[in-house]
Amino acid sequence: MKNINEVQEEIIEEFEVFDDWMDKYNYLIEISNDLSLIDPKLKNNEYIINGCQSKVWLNAEYNNGVIKFTADSDAIITKGIITLLIRVLSNRRPEEIMNADLYFIDKIGLRQNLSPTRANGLLAMLKQIKLYAIAYDAKNKSVS
Amino acid sequence: MKFDITKVREDFPILKEKVYDKPFVYLDNGATTQKPLQVIECINNYYRRRNSAIHRGMHYLSEIVTEDYEKAREKVQNYIGAKYSHEIIFTSGSTGSINMLAFSFGERYIHPGDEIIISTMEHHANIVPWQMLCERKNARLKIIPITDEGELKLDEFDKLISEKTKLVSVIHISNVLGTINPIKKIIEKSHQHNIPVLIDAAQSVQHIPVNVTELDCDFLVFSGHKIYGPTGIGVLYGKEKWLNELPPYQGGGDMVDMVTFEKTTYNQLPFKFEAGTTNFIGAIGLGSALGYILSLGLENINNYEHELLNYATAKMKEIGDIRILGTSKNKSSIISFLIKNIHHLDAGMIVDKMGVAVRTGSHCAQPILQRYGIDGTVRASLAFYNTKEDVDALCLAIKKVKEMFS
Repeated sequence: MKNINEVQEEIIEEFEVFDDWMDKYNYLIEISNDLSLIDPKLKNNEYIINGCQSKVWLNAEYNNGVIKFTADSDAIITKGIITLLIRVLSNRRPEEIMNADLYFIDKIGLRQNLSPTRANGLLAMLKQIKLYAIAYDAKNKSVS
Repeated sequence: MKFDITKVREDFPILKEKVYDKPFVYLDNGATTQKPLQVIECINNYYRRRNSAIHRGMHYLSEIVTEDYEKAREKVQNYIGAKYSHEIIFTSGSTGSINMLAFSFGERYIHPGDEIIISTMEHHANIVPWQMLCERKNARLKIIPITDEGELKLDEFDKLISEKTKLVSVIHISNVLGTINPIKKIIEKSHQHNIPVLIDAAQSVQHIPVNVTELDCDFLVFSGHKIYGPTGIGVLYGKEKWLNELPPYQGGGDMVDMVTFEKTTYNQLPFKFEAGTTNFIGAIGLGSALGYILSLGLENINNYEHELLNYATAKMKEIGDIRILGTSKNKSSIISFLIKNIHHLDAGMIVDKMGVAVRTGSHCAQPILQRYGIDGTVRASLAFYNTKEDVDALCLAIKKVKEMFS
């Protein structure tokens, strides 16, 4: 399995072929279908991420030392963005996620091309993912 | 006078800007309006050549600016047809005005068990200050329901009125639906029961003539930045008898008559409600904006915008799969819509990249969206400097959205 930076490089390469943002959006729409979807039963307030303009639900399951994320959103482009985040960060050990430097977001121009309120939504998603990692990491340490 | 759109557009330098290398199409006028050169130059001139504190100094510039500030007050008075200029209080905006009134009116007149009537289509600015007041005073909010077309149910309004009702506060033109509410009727009905009425005119004074004396409303608020004036300035109009009775909202300089540590007596109207150094250059800029509108003619503006609204509505219906919220016959140039089952954020992101500025989301009016069972719309709000080409650009963007999300 590729490490976090190898996947980031892969994504950067994929985005390099697009000249304008319409193509990038089209790509995000396309990959939104690849998202590992959250169990529909969990699409409630407990799993919702605050700070996003659209609704985003995120769940994390810890098995065999790695965290697997599932998510969903009612907006498709947002869903495409989470798909990217999960592609980079799912099935990783908690400390890998905690220490990840997610440079691909700026490199593909995602942050700059979201309005500040939407960029806040992106940050809220990232924060939630990292919080899960911190929680599982702490749990591991207390057990061992 | 014939309305010359090419000439009008020349007055707004920002309309020549490009975004994403595309011509800038600004259809978010409900959120804020662009400023004509006349207003920009007025503000510029005051900061460059006139700036001095009002109502303070004996010196030359201070007196000139004080006089111009009071002239701006008279311009507002004339624009909305108030009896006296001291019935015009300068505030930070509609929100500031309503909060001021909710405090002052609430302190003086609201007691436990009292009721305040608002409507389903209010902006948060005309909901939350009253909720806060109700919490402080143990009072209750009553809500006028609306029809599916987006019109107030006046027969239901009649039923809400009781001896407990202390104030009615309604929006003149809905910022989400565009509905022009029958405020004259609401005021008449309320006055039959001696209940005062506040009109939130934030979305109306820039589109249609509003005369507070003819309407006989007790209070009216609007914002400078939505009427081609500067941001951070707004107006609270109140009938003299009310403003005299209400206690001041904020204490400070300028609002006082005599101050000792034992007791302070307050200044007369309008200064009683203008504590501290006000946004006087903003007020003068607002006066300049009102002058600009009058030079174009509100009737010309209204006719032109109405034609544009009809054009846009027809064009959007032609595209198909578009649900327009707010279909009252009595409508201002605001079109809230949803494209098929596409999320308003998804649509907004594509429309933005096509160079068209629209608003997406809840428009600071979540209850009205809840009424329709949705959590947001795309909103195009048109102004007199918009053109049919602008509408065409929006329609092209909508087609692109449909294509991308099909």
